[in-house]
Amino acid sequence: MPPYAIETKDLGRVYKIRGIKKEKAIRRELVALADVNLRIEQGELFGLLGPNGAGKTTLIKILTTLLAPTSGMARVAGFDVTKSAQLIRPRINMVSGGESSGYGLLTVRENLWMFSQFYGVPSKEAYDRIDGLLARLGIYDRRHTKSSDLSTGLRQKMNIVRGFMTDPQVLFLDEPTLGLDVGASREVRGLIREWLDENRSRTLLLTTHYMVEADELCNRVAIINEGRVLACDTPSMLKQRLQMDVLFEIDTTPLNGLSPEKLETQPGVRKATCHEVDGGATLNLVLKEEAALAGVINTLTAAGVNIMKLSKHEPTLEDVFVELVGHSMADVERSNVNG
Amino acid sequence: MDNQPVAEGKKYTGWRLFWHSVVARSYPRVIGQQRDTSWMLFDVIMPLGSVIAYVMVYRALKAPDQYVGFVVMGGAMTAFWMNVLWSMSSQLYWEKEQGNLALYIMAPNSMMSILLGMALGGMVATLLRAVVITLLGSLLFGVQYVVASPFELFGVFAISMVALYGMGMMFASAFLLFGREAWAISDMVTEPVNLVSGLYFPIKSLPFWIAAAASIIPLTLGLDAMRQLAFASGFKIGFLTPRVEILILVALSVFFLVGAKLLLDYTEKLAIREGRLTEARR
Repeated sequence: MPPYAIETKDLGRVYKIRGIKKEKAIRRELVALADVNLRIEQGELFGLLGPNGAGKTTLIKILTTLLAPTSGMARVAGFDVTKSAQLIRPRINMVSGGESSGYGLLTVRENLWMFSQFYGVPSKEAYDRIDGLLARLGIYDRRHTKSSDLSTGLRQKMNIVRGFMTDPQVLFLDEPTLGLDVGASREVRGLIREWLDENRSRTLLLTTHYMVEADELCNRVAIINEGRVLACDTPSMLKQRLQMDVLFEIDTTPLNGLSPEKLETQPGVRKATCHEVDGGATLNLVLKEEAALAGVINTLTAAGVNIMKLSKHEPTLEDVFVELVGHSMADVERSNVNG
Repeated sequence: MDNQPVAEGKKYTGWRLFWHSVVARSYPRVIGQQRDTSWMLFDVIMPLGSVIAYVMVYRALKAPDQYVGFVVMGGAMTAFWMNVLWSMSSQLYWEKEQGNLALYIMAPNSMMSILLGMALGGMVATLLRAVVITLLGSLLFGVQYVVASPFELFGVFAISMVALYGMGMMFASAFLLFGREAWAISDMVTEPVNLVSGLYFPIKSLPFWIAAAASIIPLTLGLDAMRQLAFASGFKIGFLTPRVEILILVALSVFFLVGAKLLLDYTEKLAIREGRLTEARR
């Protein structure tokens, strides 16, 4: 049997939400995950890519034994999450972006030592690992600072050290670079890569909604939306799906009521999305062939829309997401927020 | 994958993991006390004010001198009761709000070790406050202690603490389950408990059945036994004999600790099934 670090079969999770409407208790169901089938091999850096509310955190909670699935099965490090949680827990760790764990009165080093004790790491070894990881992330000089005095970014670095210091077989990072600046994000990505290269039996599952992060780091990526896995492959294979197409980005003046749907009726236009920017709009087009661009330009001109900038580009994971979902990730997040 | 060791390097398991977790979780409370000294004002000076008020009342009524000692001892023990009712009980709730609860559940150690650590930390931190109140109160009012059996006195104190913090551990899970409703109940019972548990007078003064009902609070019998063992005429005002009270306290300790374990297991199962206890303000 292949050594899967993580395996799920028809995994699902439904939340029952209680609410009150006109003095009457109502119950409704929210499908957070549906029929998720994944096989992640030992040594893999696997990315879960999707907008906020897609089900990434729910999946991570199930895999870290914090939440029971309502259907299907999940195994981590070879053990079933519902039947053998106690065997999984010593083998895993998790860090979430923006978490505020620990105690503000304790220093960075004390907080990390405390958590290391819950995993049975002897104190001397724990301090060695903590100091090494703090130095690796450039916050060794802040080790004696109370965690309440840390900035959001430094606090997140402390959380990241907490995840790595127990040397788990499977590490779950849920939006680890949330709130970090560009430089700090780069340091974290470097640490992730180094940690996996050091020992090929380690596995890391990363959730992110930063496409570039997933593209740069992950061996394979699953694109998830509304609780369903829409595609799962290497970033290059995912992008190859669009290799036959031609991608254009056009900056224009305001669209004067012209909708992307109207552009999609043009011959040769496979997909058109638009987001409005200050004083204009940016159109992203997926065309079957370059010649279809002429029709689009004619339609824009007829609607009184001026073209400010036009560029052709290689497909990205964002384009793959648009192709699969029909909207950009930012649009999906906006519609999730608006309910 | 199944046969792979837990991780490189040595890691404690079993009882050693349990004990290391208890010590680690007690650390923030103990060290926190040294870093934030505002407790000197709120937890020593303020309770001492109540002690002084009761002493004044007893002196105005020309009550026997031993009552001054009862009040000082009651004042010191009140610190533990307040710590259990308002700090220990709400601890898991705040851990959830802060995001620590999910990390505690996900870690390989037992959640009981986390609760015990909270209890131990609270107890050690409060012990210092109780000692300061006892010393200041005793010096201020010239309290005379006559301890025939220090070993027995320490034993009563220790078993009272086990029973009292066992109760706090059970409350901690209950507060997590019931949230603000549990808070309201705590608020509601604070004053009646202060009255019937005999913090500032011997419970023998109460009708038997009220004193018997109040004995469910470990502080009631613990304090009564300690007064009997620490003052010359203490035996005259005892509700039950210290030996009987010790036996009841042992039974209460077992009841509360087992109750805490069962309620904690139930809470953890509920958290995993419904997914609502590990998230703040859901």
